[in-house]
Amino acid sequence: MTRVTDRVTRWGVVVFPGSNCDKDALDAVGRILGQQARAIWHRTQQLDDLDVVLLPGGFSHGDYLRAGAIARFAPVMDKVIDFARNGGLVIGICNGFQVLTETGLLPGALMRNAGLRFICREVSLRVERNDTFFTRRYRDRQVINIPIAHNEGSFYLPPDQLQELEANRQVVFRYCDADGNATPEANPNGSLNNIAGIINREGNVLGMMPHPERRTDPILGVPDGAGVFRSIINSITGNRLESVTPGRFGR
Amino acid sequence: MESTHDPTRPGTLQEALDQTMNEEEFNRVCEILGRVPNVTELAIFAVMWSEHCSYKNSILELKTLPRSGGRLLVEAGEENAGLVDIGDGYAVAFKIESHNHPSAVEPFQGAATGVGGILRDIFTMGARPLAALDSLHFGDPGDPHTRYLVDGVVRGIGHYGNCFGVPTVAGEVCFDPAYSGNPLINAMAVGVVKIENIMSAKASGVGNSVFYVGSKTGRDGIYGASVLASRELSGDDEAKRPTVQVGDPFAEKLLLEATLELAESGAVESIQDMGAAGLTCSSSEMSAAGGVGMEIDLDLVPLREREMDPWEIMLSESQERMLLVAKKGREAQIRRVFDKWELEAVEIGKVIDGDRLRIFQKGRLVADVPPWYLALGGGVPRYRREYRRPADLDGLEAFDPLSLPEPEDPGRVLLKLLSDPEIASKAWIYEQYDCSVRTNSVVEPGFGDAALIRVEGTGKALAVKTDCNARYVRLNPRLGAKQAVVEAARNVACAGARPVAITNCLNFGHPYKPDVYYFFHEAVAGMGEACRALDTPVTGGNVSFYNETQGQTILPTPVIGMLGLMDDASKSVTAGFKQEGDVVYQLGKSDHHGLGGSSYLKVMHGRIAGPVAPVDFGHEKRLIDLLVNLASQELIQSAHDVSDGGLSVCLAECCMVDRRSPVGVVVDYPTESSTAAHLFGEAPGRVVVSVKSGLVARFEAEAGKSGVPVRRIGVTGGDRFIWNDYIDVDLETVIDRYYNTIPNIMNE
Repeated sequence: MTRVTDRVTRWGVVVFPGSNCDKDALDAVGRILGQQARAIWHRTQQLDDLDVVLLPGGFSHGDYLRAGAIARFAPVMDKVIDFARNGGLVIGICNGFQVLTETGLLPGALMRNAGLRFICREVSLRVERNDTFFTRRYRDRQVINIPIAHNEGSFYLPPDQLQELEANRQVVFRYCDADGNATPEANPNGSLNNIAGIINREGNVLGMMPHPERRTDPILGVPDGAGVFRSIINSITGNRLESVTPGRFGR
Repeated sequence: MESTHDPTRPGTLQEALDQTMNEEEFNRVCEILGRVPNVTELAIFAVMWSEHCSYKNSILELKTLPRSGGRLLVEAGEENAGLVDIGDGYAVAFKIESHNHPSAVEPFQGAATGVGGILRDIFTMGARPLAALDSLHFGDPGDPHTRYLVDGVVRGIGHYGNCFGVPTVAGEVCFDPAYSGNPLINAMAVGVVKIENIMSAKASGVGNSVFYVGSKTGRDGIYGASVLASRELSGDDEAKRPTVQVGDPFAEKLLLEATLELAESGAVESIQDMGAAGLTCSSSEMSAAGGVGMEIDLDLVPLREREMDPWEIMLSESQERMLLVAKKGREAQIRRVFDKWELEAVEIGKVIDGDRLRIFQKGRLVADVPPWYLALGGGVPRYRREYRRPADLDGLEAFDPLSLPEPEDPGRVLLKLLSDPEIASKAWIYEQYDCSVRTNSVVEPGFGDAALIRVEGTGKALAVKTDCNARYVRLNPRLGAKQAVVEAARNVACAGARPVAITNCLNFGHPYKPDVYYFFHEAVAGMGEACRALDTPVTGGNVSFYNETQGQTILPTPVIGMLGLMDDASKSVTAGFKQEGDVVYQLGKSDHHGLGGSSYLKVMHGRIAGPVAPVDFGHEKRLIDLLVNLASQELIQSAHDVSDGGLSVCLAECCMVDRRSPVGVVVDYPTESSTAAHLFGEAPGRVVVSVKSGLVARFEAEAGKSGVPVRRIGVTGGDRFIWNDYIDVDLETVIDRYYNTIPNIMNE
C-alpha cells in the first residue's frame, strides 16, 4: 500500500568543511524518501523555508580541538539555534550530535570511546519511546540495527543531570543486545546508561551517534534507519497513515 | 635560521652517492647537462632517478605485462592511475601503492600518508574515491614490536580514511616472521569519474599559469623517495623519522572537494598531485608528459618554515598539495574555488616553450634541467638486472607433504587453523575503519569474498579485492603470481562480478641480488600470463624494492588489486550460509593435493615447502562465467572461495560469516586418499556455494552446462559443523576461535 504524503517536506543538510555524511543524508531523505533536501553551506544564514535542519556526520573542521568545537562557531549555527528555539525540528547524527552538545542545544558531551579506538559496526538499538517527532514510526521498545562509526561517542553527563535526563524521558535510543537488553556487553563505547540518542526537553531536537541514513536504502541492508526520517516526515505532514514511495535505486 | 648553502654551488660525486645515485649515473647527469650539476639540480636528478620514482630496475620487466585492451581508457603509466570504462559515461580510476618503509619507521604517519597519497592519485584525475583497501603484511604477532606496528598502522589508516570520508572496505592482513623488520603497507583506492570530467596530468598551453594548491610546504618528507624508499632498512631507522611525512586528512578532504569542483568546471588544463619527490616530480613529469617546459619561482611557494633552501622546497613531501595548470582566462575561477575551501592557490609559474624546467629563487636561476630526462617513460636510466634461481628452491619444491603422517584429529586441526592469525577474522582491524560512509557499500567487510560498492546513477557495482599468498610465491614465483591473480579474480566472481582489470604492488627485496630479482622476474612473468588468460589488463601500480632489514629479505609479495564489474548491484552474493535446508555444493575439484605452501603445513608442521598446485586458466574462466551467471539469475544463496586452510576452513567460515546468526552444516564428502589434502589442501579453482532447495534443479541444470565439475557435498542446518567422521565441532567454539584470536593477541 502506497499513499503519497500531502506535501513534500523541506530539509536542509548543513555542510561544514570536513562534513562527510552530508551526501548520505541528502540521498536518504531526497532520493530514497522523495523529500526536498538541499545542502546548506556553513556560511549560510538563511534557513527560513526549511522544515528540518540536519547536522550530518563527519569530521567538521577536522575535529581539531574537540569534535564539533569549531563548527559551533560557524555562521549557520546561530541560525540553527534560532530555528530550534522557534520549534523547528533539528537532528544531529554522529558529528552532528557532537555539534549539538557543543552549542548547548542538547545536554552532555561525547567523549573518546571506552576502548580508545574508532568503532565501525552495526549495533542494536532499543527505541525507548515512540511518542516523539523522531520515533513515531517505530514500535515502542522495538530493536533496530544500524551502524555506528565514531571515535568519540561515549555519552557523558554529570550524575544529577543524567538523572534528570532519564526522569524527563529524554533518552530515545539505547544500545542493547539482540533481545533488547541494555547490557554492558551491548554498550560499544562506554556511554552512560547505554545512551545512543537523546532529545531536548522540548522534544524538537534529536542527537544520535548511530547512522540511520546508512540503513535507509534497502540495498544497504534492512532499512531500520528509515523510521527516523519517516517519523519526522509524519510529524510535519501530520499524515500518520502515509507510507512514502521509496525512490528506486539506480535507473 | 639563515641558510648558509649556496644553491648553485656545483654538486659532488659524494653528494650524489649519499642520495642513492651511483657514479655512472652522476657522470650521465654531467653529460646531459654538459656541465656538473649544481646542488639543487643534483638533488632533483637524484630523487627522480631514485628507484621509487624512476622504476629503473623494474620498468623493462613491467613492459612485458598486458597493459591495454579490454575496457582500458588510459594505458598503465600514462596518467596517475589506470582508467577503466564501465559504461553509462563513467570510468573507474584505481591504483595500489606501497608505503612500507615510512610505516616501518613511523607506523601511524607512515600508513596514514600512504592512504592520503593513493587517494590523491585518484582524485587528481577528477574521480571521487569510492573505496579504499589495504594489503598489510606483518611479522610474528607474538612479538611486541609487531603488535606496536599493527596498532600504529591500523590507527593511521583509520585516522586518514575515516576523516577523509572514504569507506575502507577490503584488503588482507598476513603474518610471517619474514616481515618483522619490514612490514608491507600497500594502500589501494578506487574512484569513479564521469568521462567528460577526467583531468589529465599533461601540462600544455605555453603561457598558461602554473598554480600551487593545497597545504603549505615544510621540511617533512625530504628524501622520503630516495633515502627512505630506495634503500634497504637498517638498525638506525628511527633516526629517519623526519623523512616521513605528516598527514592532515582534513586538508585532504578540502582538497578533494575543491579539486572535484574544478573538474566539473573545466577550468583546469592539467593537474598532478605532489606525492613522492613533491614539487620536483609533479613539475618535471607534467612538463615531460606534455612536451613543454616550465618556469617556477620558489619565492611564491607557500612555506610553513622560513629560509628553506631550494632543494628542500623542491624535495619536500609535505602532504595534501597539488600542482595545476590553469586554462587561460580561468585563473580567477580557480582562486575562487580554493578560497571557498580555505586552501592556498598561488600562481608560482608558467608553462613555457621548449624543454627546460627552470627554477628561480630570489631572482636567481637555481636549477635549469630538461624534464624529459627526469620522468618515467623519458630519459631516466633503465637497467636489466641479473637473476638466478635461488639454490634452495629445488629442495623446497621436492618436499612431499603426503609423506607426513595424516592428522589424528582433523577437528582439532581445524580449530588450530581458525586460530591462526592469518586465517582468523580481521574484524578487530577493519572495525576501526569506517566501511559504510557514502552509503554505497553493498557488501561490507567480512561478509563477502570481495567488497561491493555501487556506482550511483548506474545501477552497477564494483567488486574489489586484494590478494597475494606470498608462501606460494616464495616456493614458485611464477605459479604463485598466477595463483594471486586467479584467486583475486575468483573472489570478485564469488561476489557476482566479472573481473575486468588489475593494479599491482610488487614488494621485493634488493634488486641487485640475483636471487631476489629471480622472484621479481618470474612473478611478473606469471602475472602477465594470468592477466592475458583472464583478459584483465594491468592498469598500473607500484614496485617496492629494498624490503630488507639487516640482511633479512621479506617473502616475495606481488599484491594484486582486482577490479570487478557487476551489472546489477542488487544481485550481490555474500559468503555465508543464509538458512537451514540449503544444499551445499563444491564447484571445481582438486586434482592436486594443494598442500605445498599451505596454511596446514605452516601451522601444523612449521614449514613453507612443497610443490604449489598448478593453475588451469580454462577452468578458472569457466568457473568465473558460471559464478557470474548464477549470481545474475539469483540461483545461489552464498559463494565462498576455497583458499587458506582448504575446504574445511572454507566451510567453517560459511557457517559463521554472520556471527550474530550462524548456520551449521552437515557435509557428506568422504575421500579414499589423503585426509590432510581433502580437508586442508588449497588446490585452486574451487568455490563452495549454497542453493535453496527449491532452486536445486535449475542450479544443477545451469552448472551442468558450464563444464565446471559440480559436486553436492552437504546440507545446511543445526548448530554444528559436521563432516563425515572427520570433523564435528559446535559453532560456538568455531566462532570463539575465529573471532577472538586477534583481539586476544592485540589486547595482550
